[in-house]
Amino acid sequence: MKRLFNAVLFFAALLAAWHYGRDYMVATKRWSPFLVPDPWSVALYLREAAQDGTLFEALWVTVKRLLLGYFIGVALGVPLGLVTARFKWAGDTIGVLGLGLQTLPSVCWVPLALLWFGQTETAMQFVVIMGTLWSVQISTDNGVRNVPPIYQRAAKTMGSRGLHTWIHVNLPASLPFIVSGVKQGWAFAWRSLMAAEIYVTVLTGFGLGFLLHNGRELGAMEQVVGVMLIIVLIGLLADKILFSPWERFIHRRWGTAKS
Amino acid sequence: MTAPLAELQIIRPVKLSIDGVSKTFRDGVVETHAIDNVSLSVDEGEFVCLVGPSGCGKSTLLAMIAGLEFPDHGSIMSDGRMVTEPGRDRMVMFQESALFPWLDVLGNVIFGLKLKPNLNNKERREVALFYIQLVGLSKYARSNIHELSGGMRQRVALARSLAPNPRVLLMDEPFGALDAMTREQLYGDLQEIWAARKKTIVFVTHNVREAACLGDRVVLFSPHPGRIREQFKIDLPRPRDINSPSLAAHATEITKALKSHLSGEGDTAE
Repeated sequence: MKRLFNAVLFFAALLAAWHYGRDYMVATKRWSPFLVPDPWSVALYLREAAQDGTLFEALWVTVKRLLLGYFIGVALGVPLGLVTARFKWAGDTIGVLGLGLQTLPSVCWVPLALLWFGQTETAMQFVVIMGTLWSVQISTDNGVRNVPPIYQRAAKTMGSRGLHTWIHVNLPASLPFIVSGVKQGWAFAWRSLMAAEIYVTVLTGFGLGFLLHNGRELGAMEQVVGVMLIIVLIGLLADKILFSPWERFIHRRWGTAKS
Repeated sequence: MTAPLAELQIIRPVKLSIDGVSKTFRDGVVETHAIDNVSLSVDEGEFVCLVGPSGCGKSTLLAMIAGLEFPDHGSIMSDGRMVTEPGRDRMVMFQESALFPWLDVLGNVIFGLKLKPNLNNKERREVALFYIQLVGLSKYARSNIHELSGGMRQRVALARSLAPNPRVLLMDEPFGALDAMTREQLYGDLQEIWAARKKTIVFVTHNVREAACLGDRVVLFSPHPGRIREQFKIDLPRPRDINSPSLAAHATEITKALKSHLSGEGDTAE
């Protein structure tokens, strides 16, 4: 309760500082009223965009691209990480490739994706998948390599072999690594998707990045700031919905932190 | 009630025959002769302690009985059958807690039962709870591992290795990391459980007093390469108290023998 109160107070103070600070700076002619929108006009824009549907449409386009690409990336990355950790030949080949590609900022995939797939949804998803896949693969690989061998020995004496050991021992034992990799993958995917949406117009759907770009072209600062706020909110929500449950589970079971 | 009761039945313990076992580890160019021509027989239901300084191969021998390592020469038989792989008839309790942090206490004890056929989930749960109660942790069945003290963790490990109803229990310095008070309590409990569940136990330790307290027989090893030096029968009534003077006398005798073997080794001794 106290924490909620603190948070509410903080954000109310932030809004007030924004509003009155802007008023003062505009009145003293130091800031242009066009470049710094009032929080109220941002709220009005968001209401309008919500009412005429553009906001939700863009939101849906972006979230769909993101989630689809992201889940494909995770679904490929985890097994791939298990394989590169398990088989030396895979680690020496795919493992090295992954390490290399992971250092490539994922927005660098955009030109290639456009040439391969054109201005399509596939291109967008490809960028998201490439942003996610390698960091998930590397963290899974890393997690498995850090499983204490005594877990495997103990499991062996209890009759666990082969695939069973992989699913019931190595995979859960690497969970702390996997979750942090999945989170990093999310961050990469989200950033690269926004970059792609801002710089490339894909005619099959206008996402939040396009809306942001569009705001700039129209010189509508309240639109730019409003869309930025929405993007921040999605990031926060994703953290709370997708990762927090896992992180809480890990903290509780492993006892790694007090929540 | 019927099926779990069958699962919880006390079954005949096993006889172990170790015959002329040698083992060398190679790590790059370095060769470690861990065990040299060791023969040992452990009777059904006997509690045998393997004692010796580090590097004497006692843990390696235990791992070979478990089927986690294999001898270069010689053979290990469990009830006349060659040990070729780990099996639930020979459960191991490790030195450090090898409990799984992603499972709670109950989940850890059930893990080994999950792989046992002919049990349904309700029965597994019942069996697991029986052993959790046996080690005195009923209240903690749903606790996370990190919430338990070192002594409690080793109790969970004991319950986990007892749960599949093995015929031999292999214990690798299970109380090494615990404080003296906790250890003393566990000596009592382990003797009680051993009497109640009738297991053959091979117990590795470097603590001579602990060995004299727990074992029917104490087998003394010397290092580089690991060999059996001497064996001591401990004919004291049970349950034994680690602080009793008669036990101290046995421990002193074994310690003396240990020292003489080490100094007798001259340059190879640590």
